[in-house]
Amino acid sequence: MEYVAAGALGFLGGMLGGLVGVGGGILFVPALVVFLDKTQVQAEATSLLAIVFVAALGAYRQYGYGNVRLRDGLIMGAIAALGVAGGVAISNAVSGRALELMFAALALVIAVQLVRRALKPPQPPERPTARAPGRP
Amino acid sequence: MTRDRFLKLLAIGTVGGVFSGLFGVGGGTIIVPLLIFWLAYGEREATGTSLAAIVIIGVYGTVGQALYGNVDPANAALVGVPALAGVVAGAAIQQRISERLVAVLFAVLLIATAAELIF
Repeated sequence: MEYVAAGALGFLGGMLGGLVGVGGGILFVPALVVFLDKTQVQAEATSLLAIVFVAALGAYRQYGYGNVRLRDGLIMGAIAALGVAGGVAISNAVSGRALELMFAALALVIAVQLVRRALKPPQPPERPTARAPGRP
Repeated sequence: MTRDRFLKLLAIGTVGGVFSGLFGVGGGTIIVPLLIFWLAYGEREATGTSLAAIVIIGVYGTVGQALYGNVDPANAALVGVPALAGVVAGAAIQQRISERLVAVLFAVLLIATAAELIF
């Protein structure tokens, strides 16, 4: 039964990946902690492994739909190594609660901006004039 | 590619990496909105390109955590294999809805994440 519940959360996490471009860890981690008896750290680590494969298949499908700017993705991925190391160091230096609250505040600010942008009347989100010069 | 655009990509990748290191996630929560707001990406392109970056970011994190013996491949498969079906379905659905709805779904995800972190 636990396996079925964990699998269902996994499916939903993957669906989020396809819909909004995240890796799905936001659901994988609780699935691993609650249903598969992992500690938080083990769950995050195990979730990352699942994310690699889910993101790879998702990126492949999105590439087929014409939604991936591969070079941009590779540049971001390559430089992120520094960020990951920095993030791990920070997470060991700062209280977890402070981090959670900071992230929560940031998430809310971004959410408000995204909704305001989506609610703007007819102006389409894509502006060809703004984007054409940046295209490879 | 202009210098400005390249620097923005480096900044977004670095911030995404920091988030991944801090919270053990892929970093998409921060990469997608930054691509939209800083580089004028459409929502669909932002999500697709974010996934490509997350593949690489996830490899860094997995290798780092595997060195500490924290990665459990069998349990990763228990959530990950159904997730493979999910991501294919999610990407297919995303092509059939408006980019505005994608943005709103993302905002809902952010609010849910914030609530989970606060409580």
